[in-house]
Amino acid sequence: MVKGTVHKYGNDVDTDVIIPARYLNTSSPEELAAHCMEDLDRDFVSRVRTGDVIVAGDNFGCGSSREHAPIAIKASGVSLVIANTFARIFYRNAINIGLPILECPEAVSNISAGDVVSCELSTGVIVNETTGKRFQAQPFPEFIRNIIAAGGLLNSLAKK
Amino acid sequence: MGMTMTQKILAAHAGLESVTAGQLIEAELDMVLANDITAPVAIKEFEKTGATCVKCRDKISLVMDHFTPNKDIKAACQVKYTREFAEKQQIEHFFDVGEMGIEHALLPEKGLVGAGDCVIGADSHTCTYGALGAFSTGVGSTDMAAGMLTQKCWFKVPAAIEVRLTGELPPFVTGKDVILHLIGLIGVDGALYRSLEFTGEGVKSLSMDDRFTICNMAIEAGAKNGIFPVDDKTKEYMHGRFRREPKIFTADDDAEYERTVSIDLSVLKPTVSFPHLPENTRTEWAELPVQQVVIGSCTNGRISDMRQAAEILNGRRVHKGVRCIVIPATQDVYLQAMKEGLLEIFVKAGAIVSTPTCGPCLGGHMGILADGERCVSTTNRNFVGRMGHITSEIYLASPYTAAASAVLGKLATAKEVF
Repeated sequence: MVKGTVHKYGNDVDTDVIIPARYLNTSSPEELAAHCMEDLDRDFVSRVRTGDVIVAGDNFGCGSSREHAPIAIKASGVSLVIANTFARIFYRNAINIGLPILECPEAVSNISAGDVVSCELSTGVIVNETTGKRFQAQPFPEFIRNIIAAGGLLNSLAKK
Repeated sequence: MGMTMTQKILAAHAGLESVTAGQLIEAELDMVLANDITAPVAIKEFEKTGATCVKCRDKISLVMDHFTPNKDIKAACQVKYTREFAEKQQIEHFFDVGEMGIEHALLPEKGLVGAGDCVIGADSHTCTYGALGAFSTGVGSTDMAAGMLTQKCWFKVPAAIEVRLTGELPPFVTGKDVILHLIGLIGVDGALYRSLEFTGEGVKSLSMDDRFTICNMAIEAGAKNGIFPVDDKTKEYMHGRFRREPKIFTADDDAEYERTVSIDLSVLKPTVSFPHLPENTRTEWAELPVQQVVIGSCTNGRISDMRQAAEILNGRRVHKGVRCIVIPATQDVYLQAMKEGLLEIFVKAGAIVSTPTCGPCLGGHMGILADGERCVSTTNRNFVGRMGHITSEIYLASPYTAAASAVLGKLATAKEVF
């Protein structure tokens, strides 16, 4: 179960605003997290708390294949990203580094910035605790959940 | 139901007779690629597993092109880390300063990728090699690490969008205008999770460099890959270059396409993507002064691009107040441009010529924008802050349009300078 306060964004949030390339001279998760969402939302880093949830529209994570983007989001404390759709490379990357993501347009249109949202990843049930509304996202199959639980693809391979 | 080109290549690499859209497969990889930004993350992931040795040291390419020549101490350390890994693992295709070029211009040029290949790269513009009739797609560093470890990758077989091309391009209209026009038509997520399959009699008139540019920006429509059929031009390009035997796949006559987009090349105009998304395309605009022009990148840094820019800049001057930065994509392109006198044309016109680097395209170095500045660029993304300050603006265009804008000091097409 994950639970946190929502940071809400629109469509086509690209990986350049999630983590600007000028910070890609490092791969340290902590250093990347210090600049997460900087070119879209300067206050995100000071506002975000462990467990928080990002909610966004279509095509979240479009653009560059930089894995630094989901790494920065995860290291900033975000426990889940819910969007209408994800750009395909970001989608793979998020799973591979162990950042939970869910596609659920119904939830996106019924969750506002500042709401508190909880989610059971194994069932895909999302609850807007502020309004009491419940939404059903397609849950990940067990092997994907195992990758996320292990903290990423290669961690899960190392365990095997 | 028949298969698309992409589906046939994936089936062959998965050892299957046939595949259908949506099917999950594991495919053998002919090449895995990373650069100086994505390789360090991949190497860390690789080492996490406790593995000591890559699977195929001759099927890995590491190209130090993004923040090189090293722009700062941290970038230098990332390259050093990658270089040491390449030495330890005896990676055959490690390209450092002096040999390197922008990866997606370099790999085809060196014959490391070719028709029928299945390629992943930890760089979103890996989709470029579709121009050669290969399946190639961008992935993240972790997938790249798994690729080095197993020489395999899992894929969901993509559904397809057919882009049927007819006619021939008019003068001063290029492959860049074709792909910007297409992205304008279908949007930045118009091909999300899908392949873009280019077909039709219009294909034969497009040069290889046009096809590279078009496939390069397939990702800008959200596509998994873009792919062209193999014809005489492809074979001629690969001849004497490609180090393996090309495998030519053709789409079945009854291949399934989710939709077909038809483009008549003969009616296309010089097209520009306005800030801040590649889908914001226009062919007309009010006067718009510019402060910088960039001609280069994995999208438009090849020899045809240099020739087109030189055609405009020859005997003309870059407008006062405009910084015009020309970046040949590889050492070979640089040398060829030198032999043809193009570099002299650029310098005499008041442009500067840089060593190959991705540099300004992603706001790394070699031409960062200040607040409020406008840049006409032959690169591939015009996102907020991509090339510098978050209030700067990027206008994506062809080398002709970029060079014309440099001469006139405002966003302009080639015809306006003659």
